Amino acid sequence: MSIKRYDVVVIGSGPGGLAAAIAAKENGARSVLLIERDVELGGILLQCIHNGFGVEIFKEDLPGPTYAQRFIDQVARLGIETMLDTMVLNLTADRHLTLTSNTHGYQQITADAVVLAMGCRERTRAQVRLPGTRPAGVYTAGTAQRWVNVEGYMPGKKFVILGSGDIGMIMARRLTFEGAKVERVLEIMPYLSGLTRNYVQCLQDFDIPLKLQHTVKRIIGIDRVEAVETVAVDEKWQHIPGSEETIACDTLLLSVGLIPENELSRQAGVQLHPLTGGPVVDANFHTSVPGIFAAGNVVHVYDLVDWVTEAGYAAGKAAACYARAQLPSSSHLVSTSAGDNVRYIVPHHLDPEQLQSGKIPLQMRVTRPIENPVWVEALVGDERITRRALPYARPGEMITLDLKPEHHQIMEHADTLTIRIRER
Amino acid sequence: MDKENSNQPMEIICVACPKGCRLEARRQDGEILLSNAGCKRGKDYAVGEITDPRRMVASTVRIQGGLHPLMPVYTSEPFPKGLIFDLLDHIRAAEIHAPIKAGEVVIENALGTGIDILASRDMA
Amino acid sequence: MAPTYDVIIIGGGVVGSMAARFLSRYQLRILLIEKRADIGSVTSAANTALIHPGYDPVVGSLKAALNVTANPMWTQLAHELQFSFDRCGDYVVAVGEEELPKLDALFERGRRNGVPGMSLISGDEMRRREPLINPDVSGALFAETGGMCDPFGVTLAAAEHAVINGVEILTNTECLDFVIEKGRIMAVHTNHGDFTCRWAINAAGLYSDVIMHKAGVRPEFKITPRKGEYLILDRAEFELKSVYFPVPTAVSKGILATATVHGNTILGPTAREQDEREDKSNTAAGLEEVLQGGKKLIPNVNTRHVIAIFAGLRAAGNAPCETPGVSYQHDFIVEIPDQIQGFVNIAGIESPGLTSSPAIALRVIELMRDAGEKLVGKKEWDPNRPARPIFRHLNDEQRRELIEKDPRYGRVICRCENVTEGEIVAEIHSPVPATTYDAIKRRTWLGTGRCQGGFDMTRVTDILARELGVPPLNISKKGENSPLLERPTKTLGDSHEH
Repeated sequence: MSIKRYDVVVIGSGPGGLAAAIAAKENGARSVLLIERDVELGGILLQCIHNGFGVEIFKEDLPGPTYAQRFIDQVARLGIETMLDTMVLNLTADRHLTLTSNTHGYQQITADAVVLAMGCRERTRAQVRLPGTRPAGVYTAGTAQRWVNVEGYMPGKKFVILGSGDIGMIMARRLTFEGAKVERVLEIMPYLSGLTRNYVQCLQDFDIPLKLQHTVKRIIGIDRVEAVETVAVDEKWQHIPGSEETIACDTLLLSVGLIPENELSRQAGVQLHPLTGGPVVDANFHTSVPGIFAAGNVVHVYDLVDWVTEAGYAAGKAAACYARAQLPSSSHLVSTSAGDNVRYIVPHHLDPEQLQSGKIPLQMRVTRPIENPVWVEALVGDERITRRALPYARPGEMITLDLKPEHHQIMEHADTLTIRIRER
Repeated sequence: MDKENSNQPMEIICVACPKGCRLEARRQDGEILLSNAGCKRGKDYAVGEITDPRRMVASTVRIQGGLHPLMPVYTSEPFPKGLIFDLLDHIRAAEIHAPIKAGEVVIENALGTGIDILASRDMA
Repeated sequence: MAPTYDVIIIGGGVVGSMAARFLSRYQLRILLIEKRADIGSVTSAANTALIHPGYDPVVGSLKAALNVTANPMWTQLAHELQFSFDRCGDYVVAVGEEELPKLDALFERGRRNGVPGMSLISGDEMRRREPLINPDVSGALFAETGGMCDPFGVTLAAAEHAVINGVEILTNTECLDFVIEKGRIMAVHTNHGDFTCRWAINAAGLYSDVIMHKAGVRPEFKITPRKGEYLILDRAEFELKSVYFPVPTAVSKGILATATVHGNTILGPTAREQDEREDKSNTAAGLEEVLQGGKKLIPNVNTRHVIAIFAGLRAAGNAPCETPGVSYQHDFIVEIPDQIQGFVNIAGIESPGLTSSPAIALRVIELMRDAGEKLVGKKEWDPNRPARPIFRHLNDEQRRELIEKDPRYGRVICRCENVTEGEIVAEIHSPVPATTYDAIKRRTWLGTGRCQGGFDMTRVTDILARELGVPPLNISKKGENSPLLERPTKTLGDSHEH
């Protein structure tokens, strides 16, 4: 039985995968396959019905599904083959894929290039080791979002939300809109995890109290959640005795972080970065395995979908070039290194040659909030080659510093590029 | 909070850009006084929050004959904040039928505001 | 009028289910009643999942005798009933020179209990066999007859095999009292009516004292629940080769680090007595104790490897050992008491209860025979239970065939464990049907991986609703008091305020 071969296979049809498939097709790949485990394209955007998408790329403030629809329409216009209701069970380093599907059966295919765009999953109760009982009514915010917005069910009446990430705050508003009561949002850090805009429009607008430096001490209720016991914490996350408060509720939503979904990456032997949990990539989003690229939240968690689309375009274009054996191989890679106050940088290394044809955006997150004007600086050894002024730096907002063609010469002779953030 | 008539100072977190400056706003002798506004956009935002606060509203509406039981919808422009819950009641009572295309008007001129409620996506 | 049933078994844990399975071989009308929404959902689902060799129980106790009798049965039983079982052997690991004499004591106890295949190995040999073990290990006791299983899978397989062979199972059915006439049990009074019988078998675990007191037996017997907390570590981060005990304490076998039949690692259990029979909550102190205990054996364990936490309750009893000369106050009870006719009493089944369960069943049959019960075998009794396909265990060719026959096996619902819709549907329509989310989870292992149900829960709710013919609002986590959902999004809640 012959195995079907594609130039480029994209795994996942969220914003990263949609962009990658489109860019691959528009950049010379003859056969592109977009694989999606759900019954329709769009990925996580389909349940993100709130506005805030497309401000950069389209200069419009769109809901998630509308943003997705633009790319879904483009996929159709370009005649890109899609396989819905299909899960990739296995990916090898030489790009053989095992697929399983209700609609399409069980099959093997092979690709000249693969783009990993599987996104991420949510951190769970067990990963934050939340003590207490295990009743019905403890859900991650994304699971609740799917139920409320897509399946059409409210998972409870009275909610407490652990985590001030954007998903948690968005759900606080959503639940309030649909007639539920959100009692409190708790955040273990001394600062907001998500965007200030969401604090104003999702919590403040509805008088939903946010308690910083607080967490859930335990869950109460045998069959269904009956209450949570909250507690204040110090800067080392130690509980402050005497600060406990029991809040009656029937649902606890967890918005405690996202983890890139790299099961397939592991199988293919892709090198993963210990801090981000996603593949180590260069400026083309090429992973450590030749012909395997990665784009979007699977690499690291983004804050704006527009940047995911840009990453998808870059990865898809590079994948198409690779499939045509036209992606130049790198003779010399410069490592990027996280300096003062920088948590991580993507890409993890880059080929300075690429600067000849355009800029390379370096994306990073600061380790702690600095609510004062900062410099974001790139250095080779002691020499600062570029910098950017920002009014502040927050962990919840990704920071971009562009390397430009004019930096090509100095980068050619460099081994390491260090990025640091400091107050100015 | 009855912002229109209060003379008490009101703290506003500006969301015109992600910086999130905290302003203080106060009515005095029919005028609006602002302190700590970082820029003009911020001033405009704060004045808007006092005189005519508006928000983009997104929700879902029941749909018959579609792939899912709910269609996500959104306001074509920012909606008067004070009318949001009335709007949501209105959306809750409505029902539409598949097929629908993204951008189609699901509710026209909602609550007489001149603002339409649009379908966020195609649904067959 | 003849009683409806020859035997009613009270309790659907591993003890009750094994009894049902072994009794199903005889021409008896048997009913098993389980008060919860699913069989095996309490102690049998939340334990360390081990088949013990038998060096640990007190010499001369019923625990020791039944443990050692049962242990060799597991190989054939796993084959007949088609459940996961791995006779990998187990180790008791001494850390530091001062712990070595305890190994000798265990070895001696094992020898006196009749445990075969034990050896004492050096620290070097232990390090060679398990590279992740604490480098300060001074030696270990290796018992080759030890093993691990999926304890809920065992319980389900036994219960299912019983049903296939004619046993009736009623869930959500609780024994409230006995109907006793002239010193004989005539019927079991439940929340769904009275069922007449000739024998009632107490296999009620945490409530076995409550049940036996209703029959007027052993008023001084008391079950004290003993909580054990556990951590599960991700198999992608960490894989142990076998089962590792620390040297035991007076109260318990200590906190283990063990592989599981699913490839994950379990650390635990703690051992804390409590009054509450329904409280299986985890505590911050308990989880910390588990982590520290785990680190003693495997220093590399780290909280970031944790993917799940759970707790189980052991049904610890206070029955004195009946062997003359043996002073032990926490032995098994497996008896037909004199005080009342038609009652088989099984109680105090804590560790090594899982291991002993098939031997307990055989002992019950022996006791019933001694009491005059004529047990006539069914000619057509087949000891084998047909297994249902497990997608992730099949090779490519088998998977392709399966999906061609039933395309629902092509749709993966749980990404982490590769559980398909076909398997979920099969469990909903199996002889002991799954009707709740937890029941599906226990049977298929979906939702037990990294995402802990985040992706699959909405889809499983949908599938359950569709297959059971009820609205998704009726689907529960573990029975009627634990609904997953509240109401449709587009109805008004009662806390709606402007």
